Amino acid sequence: MTTVTETHEDAHEHGMSDAGYIKIAIILALITGLEVSTYYVDFGPLFMPSLLTMMVVKFVMVVSYFMHLKFDSKIFSFLFYVGLGLALFVYITALATFKFFIA
Amino acid sequence: MADIATHDTDHATDHGHHSSTGLSNNKLAMWLFLGSECLLFGGLISTYMLYRGRVQNGPHPSQIYDIPFTSVSSFVLLMSSLTMVLAVSSAQRKDDTKTNLWLLITALLGATFIGGQVYEFTTFYREGLGFTTSLFGSSFYSLTGFHGVHVSLGVIMLLALMGIIKKGKIVGDKAEVVELIGLYWHFVDIVWIIIFTLVYLIPS
Repeated sequence: MTTVTETHEDAHEHGMSDAGYIKIAIILALITGLEVSTYYVDFGPLFMPSLLTMMVVKFVMVVSYFMHLKFDSKIFSFLFYVGLGLALFVYITALATFKFFIA
Repeated sequence: MADIATHDTDHATDHGHHSSTGLSNNKLAMWLFLGSECLLFGGLISTYMLYRGRVQNGPHPSQIYDIPFTSVSSFVLLMSSLTMVLAVSSAQRKDDTKTNLWLLITALLGATFIGGQVYEFTTFYREGLGFTTSLFGSSFYSLTGFHGVHVSLGVIMLLALMGIIKKGKIVGDKAEVVELIGLYWHFVDIVWIIIFTLVYLIPS
Protein backbone atom coordinates (compact mmCIF):
# COMPACT_ATOMS: atom_id res chain seq x y z
CA MET A 1 0.00 0.00 0.00
CA THR A 2 2.91 2.28 0.70
CA THR A 3 3.94 2.03 -2.93
CA VAL A 4 0.44 2.90 -4.09
CA THR A 5 0.21 5.91 -1.78
CA GLU A 6 3.65 7.17 -2.73
CA THR A 7 3.00 6.75 -6.44
CA HIS A 8 -0.26 8.64 -6.19
CA GLU A 9 1.17 11.47 -4.11
CA ASP A 10 4.17 11.73 -6.40
CA ALA A 11 1.76 12.29 -9.31
CA HIS A 12 0.31 15.28 -7.47
CA GLU A 13 3.74 16.71 -6.83
CA HIS A 14 4.72 16.33 -10.49
CA GLY A 15 3.54 18.68 -13.20
CA MET A 16 4.17 22.39 -13.34
CA SER A 17 3.33 25.54 -11.45
CA ASP A 18 0.44 27.72 -12.62
CA ALA A 19 2.98 30.22 -13.99
CA GLY A 20 4.54 27.39 -16.00
CA TYR A 21 1.15 26.50 -17.52
CA ILE A 22 0.59 30.14 -18.46
CA LYS A 23 4.00 30.26 -20.17
CA ILE A 24 3.10 27.14 -22.18
CA ALA A 25 -0.24 28.73 -23.15
CA ILE A 26 1.55 31.90 -24.32
CA ILE A 27 3.90 29.81 -26.48
CA LEU A 28 0.89 27.93 -27.91
CA ALA A 29 -0.87 31.23 -28.66
CA LEU A 30 2.24 32.57 -30.42
CA ILE A 31 2.51 29.41 -32.55
CA THR A 32 -1.19 29.72 -33.43
CA GLY A 33 -0.51 33.31 -34.51
CA LEU A 34 2.33 32.08 -36.71
CA GLU A 35 0.06 29.40 -38.18
CA VAL A 36 -2.58 31.99 -39.06
CA SER A 37 0.10 34.24 -40.59
CA THR A 38 0.75 31.54 -43.23
CA TYR A 39 -2.70 32.37 -44.61
CA TYR A 40 -1.66 35.97 -45.29
CA VAL A 41 2.10 35.71 -45.94
CA ASP A 42 3.57 33.61 -48.74
CA PHE A 43 5.95 31.08 -47.16
CA GLY A 44 6.77 29.54 -50.55
CA PRO A 45 8.01 25.93 -50.39
CA LEU A 46 8.18 26.20 -46.58
CA PHE A 47 4.40 26.62 -46.32
CA MET A 48 3.43 22.96 -45.86
CA PRO A 49 6.44 21.79 -43.77
CA SER A 50 6.21 24.80 -41.43
CA LEU A 51 2.45 24.35 -40.90
CA LEU A 52 2.78 20.62 -40.21
CA THR A 53 5.73 21.22 -37.85
CA MET A 54 3.83 23.87 -35.90
CA MET A 55 0.81 21.54 -35.67
CA VAL A 56 2.95 18.70 -34.27
CA VAL A 57 4.74 21.04 -31.81
CA LYS A 58 1.39 22.32 -30.47
CA PHE A 59 0.01 18.78 -30.24
CA VAL A 60 3.05 17.48 -28.32
CA MET A 61 3.11 20.50 -25.99
CA VAL A 62 -0.55 20.09 -24.98
CA VAL A 63 -0.17 16.32 -24.53
CA SER A 64 3.12 16.59 -22.62
CA TYR A 65 2.41 19.54 -20.34
CA PHE A 66 -1.35 20.10 -20.08
CA MET A 67 -2.17 16.36 -20.11
CA HIS A 68 0.87 15.66 -17.88
CA LEU A 69 2.20 12.79 -20.02
CA LYS A 70 5.72 14.16 -19.58
CA PHE A 71 5.42 13.81 -15.82
CA ASP A 72 3.11 10.77 -15.54
CA SER A 73 3.72 7.04 -15.82
CA LYS A 74 5.12 5.79 -19.14
CA ILE A 75 2.21 3.32 -19.32
CA PHE A 76 -0.18 6.20 -20.04
CA SER A 77 2.12 7.46 -22.80
CA PHE A 78 2.26 3.92 -24.21
CA LEU A 79 -1.55 3.55 -24.28
CA PHE A 80 -2.06 6.90 -25.98
CA TYR A 81 0.81 6.88 -28.46
CA VAL A 82 0.08 3.27 -29.50
CA GLY A 83 -3.49 4.33 -30.34
CA LEU A 84 -2.20 7.37 -32.18
CA GLY A 85 0.48 5.37 -34.01
CA LEU A 86 -2.06 2.71 -35.02
CA ALA A 87 -4.42 5.41 -36.32
CA LEU A 88 -1.61 7.06 -38.31
CA PHE A 89 -0.50 3.71 -39.79
CA VAL A 90 -4.04 2.59 -40.71
CA TYR A 91 -5.11 5.86 -42.28
CA ILE A 92 -1.85 6.68 -44.07
CA THR A 93 -2.08 3.19 -45.60
CA ALA A 94 -5.73 3.79 -46.49
CA LEU A 95 -4.94 7.17 -48.06
CA ALA A 96 -2.04 5.61 -49.99
CA THR A 97 -4.36 3.00 -51.51
CA PHE A 98 -6.49 5.88 -52.82
CA LYS A 99 -3.30 7.44 -54.30
CA PHE A 100 -3.81 10.48 -52.07
CA PHE A 101 -0.09 11.28 -51.92
CA ILE A 102 0.39 11.19 -55.70
CA ALA A 103 -0.03 14.64 -57.21
CA MET B 1 -5.72 -9.27 7.53
CA ALA B 2 -8.78 -7.41 8.67
CA ASP B 3 -6.68 -4.28 9.24
CA ILE B 4 -5.15 -4.55 5.80
CA ALA B 5 -8.59 -4.99 4.23
CA THR B 6 -9.93 -1.93 6.06
CA HIS B 7 -6.91 0.12 5.07
CA ASP B 8 -7.34 -0.94 1.43
CA THR B 9 -11.00 0.04 1.46
CA ASP B 10 -10.23 3.42 3.03
CA HIS B 11 -7.51 4.07 0.48
CA ALA B 12 -9.78 3.09 -2.40
CA THR B 13 -12.38 5.53 -1.13
CA ASP B 14 -9.88 8.35 -0.75
CA HIS B 15 -7.89 7.95 -3.93
CA GLY B 16 -9.95 5.82 -6.32
CA HIS B 17 -9.12 2.23 -7.26
CA HIS B 18 -5.58 1.43 -8.26
CA SER B 19 -4.21 -1.45 -10.33
CA SER B 20 -1.29 -3.69 -9.35
CA THR B 21 1.00 -1.20 -11.11
CA GLY B 22 0.09 1.43 -8.50
CA LEU B 23 -1.67 3.46 -11.18
CA SER B 24 -5.29 4.53 -11.11
CA ASN B 25 -7.60 2.20 -13.04
CA ASN B 26 -9.77 5.18 -13.95
CA LYS B 27 -6.83 7.03 -15.46
CA LEU B 28 -5.66 3.94 -17.34
CA ALA B 29 -9.16 3.52 -18.75
CA MET B 30 -9.32 7.18 -19.79
CA TRP B 31 -5.99 7.01 -21.64
CA LEU B 32 -7.08 3.78 -23.34
CA PHE B 33 -10.32 5.49 -24.37
CA LEU B 34 -8.41 8.51 -25.73
CA GLY B 35 -6.11 6.18 -27.67
CA SER B 36 -9.17 4.58 -29.27
CA GLU B 37 -10.63 8.02 -30.03
CA CYS B 38 -7.53 8.67 -32.17
CA LEU B 39 -8.84 5.96 -34.51
CA LEU B 40 -12.30 7.56 -34.70
CA PHE B 41 -11.00 11.02 -35.56
CA GLY B 42 -8.26 9.55 -37.77
CA GLY B 43 -11.00 7.99 -39.91
CA LEU B 44 -12.99 11.21 -40.12
CA ILE B 45 -9.92 13.34 -40.93
CA SER B 46 -8.73 10.87 -43.59
CA THR B 47 -12.18 10.84 -45.19
CA TYR B 48 -12.19 14.63 -45.30
CA MET B 49 -8.69 14.72 -46.82
CA LEU B 50 -9.86 12.34 -49.56
CA TYR B 51 -13.08 14.18 -50.35
CA ARG B 52 -12.28 17.84 -49.76
CA GLY B 53 -11.57 18.42 -53.45
CA ARG B 54 -14.69 16.54 -54.62
CA VAL B 55 -17.06 19.44 -55.27
CA GLN B 56 -19.52 18.94 -58.13
CA ASN B 57 -22.23 21.15 -56.67
CA GLY B 58 -22.08 23.98 -54.20
CA PRO B 59 -19.22 26.09 -52.95
CA HIS B 60 -15.55 25.10 -52.84
CA PRO B 61 -13.72 25.14 -49.46
CA SER B 62 -11.70 28.25 -50.35
CA GLN B 63 -14.93 30.11 -51.21
CA ILE B 64 -16.58 29.67 -47.83
CA TYR B 65 -13.90 29.29 -45.13
CA ASP B 66 -13.58 32.35 -42.92
CA ILE B 67 -10.03 31.96 -41.59
CA PRO B 68 -10.00 35.03 -39.26
CA PHE B 69 -13.23 33.82 -37.60
CA THR B 70 -12.03 30.22 -37.23
CA SER B 71 -8.67 31.48 -35.91
CA VAL B 72 -10.46 33.27 -33.07
CA SER B 73 -12.50 30.11 -32.33
CA SER B 74 -9.30 28.05 -32.27
CA PHE B 75 -7.68 30.54 -29.91
CA VAL B 76 -10.71 30.36 -27.59
CA LEU B 77 -10.53 26.54 -27.47
CA LEU B 78 -6.76 26.65 -26.93
CA MET B 79 -7.16 29.01 -23.99
CA SER B 80 -9.84 26.73 -22.53
CA SER B 81 -7.09 24.12 -22.21
CA LEU B 82 -5.16 26.56 -20.03
CA THR B 83 -8.16 27.23 -17.78
CA MET B 84 -8.80 23.48 -17.56
CA VAL B 85 -5.26 22.72 -16.43
CA LEU B 86 -5.55 25.54 -13.87
CA ALA B 87 -8.74 23.86 -12.59
CA VAL B 88 -6.83 20.57 -12.20
CA SER B 89 -4.02 22.41 -10.42
CA SER B 90 -6.50 24.06 -8.03
CA ALA B 91 -8.18 20.70 -7.38
CA GLN B 92 -4.83 19.19 -6.48
CA ARG B 93 -4.37 22.02 -3.95
CA LYS B 94 -7.88 21.17 -2.64
CA ASP B 95 -9.11 24.69 -3.42
CA ASP B 96 -12.76 24.04 -4.37
CA THR B 97 -13.62 27.69 -5.00
CA LYS B 98 -10.87 28.19 -7.58
CA THR B 99 -11.50 24.75 -9.09
CA ASN B 100 -15.15 25.63 -9.72
CA LEU B 101 -14.20 29.07 -11.05
CA TRP B 102 -11.75 27.65 -13.60
CA LEU B 103 -14.21 24.88 -14.54
CA LEU B 104 -16.89 27.52 -15.16
CA ILE B 105 -14.55 29.61 -17.32
CA THR B 106 -13.55 26.48 -19.27
CA ALA B 107 -17.21 25.60 -19.84
CA LEU B 108 -17.95 29.16 -21.00
CA LEU B 109 -15.01 29.11 -23.42
CA GLY B 110 -16.20 25.72 -24.72
CA ALA B 111 -19.73 27.08 -25.15
CA THR B 112 -18.30 30.09 -27.02
CA PHE B 113 -16.49 27.73 -29.38
CA ILE B 114 -19.71 25.77 -29.96
CA GLY B 115 -21.59 29.03 -30.57
CA GLY B 116 -18.98 29.91 -33.20
CA GLN B 117 -19.39 26.53 -34.84
CA VAL B 118 -23.18 26.89 -34.97
CA TYR B 119 -22.72 30.32 -36.57
CA GLU B 120 -20.22 28.89 -39.06
CA PHE B 121 -22.51 25.98 -40.01
CA THR B 122 -25.46 28.34 -40.44
CA THR B 123 -23.43 30.68 -42.65
CA PHE B 124 -22.13 27.80 -44.78
CA TYR B 125 -25.66 26.43 -45.20
CA ARG B 126 -26.92 29.84 -46.34
CA GLU B 127 -24.05 30.00 -48.82
CA GLY B 128 -25.23 26.72 -50.36
CA LEU B 129 -23.22 24.04 -48.55
CA GLY B 130 -25.63 21.44 -47.18
CA PHE B 131 -24.74 18.04 -45.74
CA THR B 132 -25.57 16.29 -49.03
CA THR B 133 -24.51 19.04 -51.44
CA SER B 134 -21.13 17.45 -52.19
CA LEU B 135 -18.67 14.91 -50.82
CA PHE B 136 -16.72 17.86 -49.43
CA GLY B 137 -19.82 19.06 -47.55
CA SER B 138 -20.62 15.61 -46.13
CA SER B 139 -17.06 14.95 -44.94
CA PHE B 140 -16.65 18.49 -43.58
CA TYR B 141 -19.88 18.45 -41.55
CA SER B 142 -19.19 14.89 -40.32
CA LEU B 143 -15.70 15.74 -39.09
CA THR B 144 -16.37 19.14 -37.51
CA GLY B 145 -19.83 18.01 -36.30
CA PHE B 146 -18.37 15.00 -34.47
CA HIS B 147 -15.79 17.29 -32.90
CA GLY B 148 -18.53 19.75 -31.92
CA VAL B 149 -20.50 16.95 -30.25
CA HIS B 150 -17.37 16.03 -28.26
CA VAL B 151 -16.94 19.65 -27.13
CA SER B 152 -20.64 19.85 -26.19
CA LEU B 153 -20.35 16.65 -24.13
CA GLY B 154 -17.26 18.14 -22.50
CA VAL B 155 -19.18 21.29 -21.54
CA ILE B 156 -21.96 19.13 -20.03
CA MET B 157 -19.37 17.09 -18.10
CA LEU B 158 -17.72 20.29 -16.79
CA LEU B 159 -21.03 21.74 -15.60
CA ALA B 160 -22.05 18.42 -14.03
CA LEU B 161 -18.67 18.20 -12.30
CA MET B 162 -19.14 21.69 -10.85
CA GLY B 163 -22.53 20.65 -9.45
CA ILE B 164 -21.12 17.44 -7.97
CA ILE B 165 -18.20 19.29 -6.36
CA LYS B 166 -20.56 21.90 -4.86
CA LYS B 167 -22.76 19.17 -3.37
CA GLY B 168 -19.67 17.31 -2.12
CA LYS B 169 -20.82 14.08 -3.73
CA ILE B 170 -17.56 13.01 -5.34
CA VAL B 171 -16.59 9.49 -4.28
CA GLY B 172 -12.83 8.99 -4.11
CA ASP B 173 -10.10 11.39 -5.15
CA LYS B 174 -11.64 14.71 -6.24
CA ALA B 175 -8.45 15.92 -7.95
CA GLU B 176 -8.33 12.74 -10.01
CA VAL B 177 -11.93 13.15 -11.17
CA VAL B 178 -11.17 16.72 -12.29
CA GLU B 179 -8.01 15.48 -14.00
CA LEU B 180 -9.95 12.78 -15.90
CA ILE B 181 -12.43 15.33 -17.26
CA GLY B 182 -9.41 17.52 -18.01
CA LEU B 183 -7.78 14.76 -20.07
CA TYR B 184 -10.93 14.46 -22.18
CA TRP B 185 -11.06 18.25 -22.62
CA HIS B 186 -7.41 18.51 -23.68
CA PHE B 187 -7.95 15.67 -26.15
CA VAL B 188 -10.78 17.61 -27.76
CA ASP B 189 -8.37 20.55 -28.01
CA ILE B 190 -5.57 18.54 -29.66
CA VAL B 191 -8.03 17.14 -32.20
CA TRP B 192 -8.96 20.73 -33.09
CA ILE B 193 -5.26 21.64 -33.42
CA ILE B 194 -5.08 19.03 -36.20
CA ILE B 195 -8.41 19.98 -37.78
CA PHE B 196 -7.53 23.68 -37.82
CA THR B 197 -4.31 23.02 -39.74
CA LEU B 198 -5.41 20.22 -42.09
CA VAL B 199 -8.94 21.42 -42.82
CA TYR B 200 -8.76 25.21 -42.68
CA LEU B 201 -5.16 26.33 -43.24
CA ILE B 202 -4.01 23.87 -45.92
CA PRO B 203 -5.88 24.62 -49.14
CA SER B 204 -7.34 21.74 -51.14
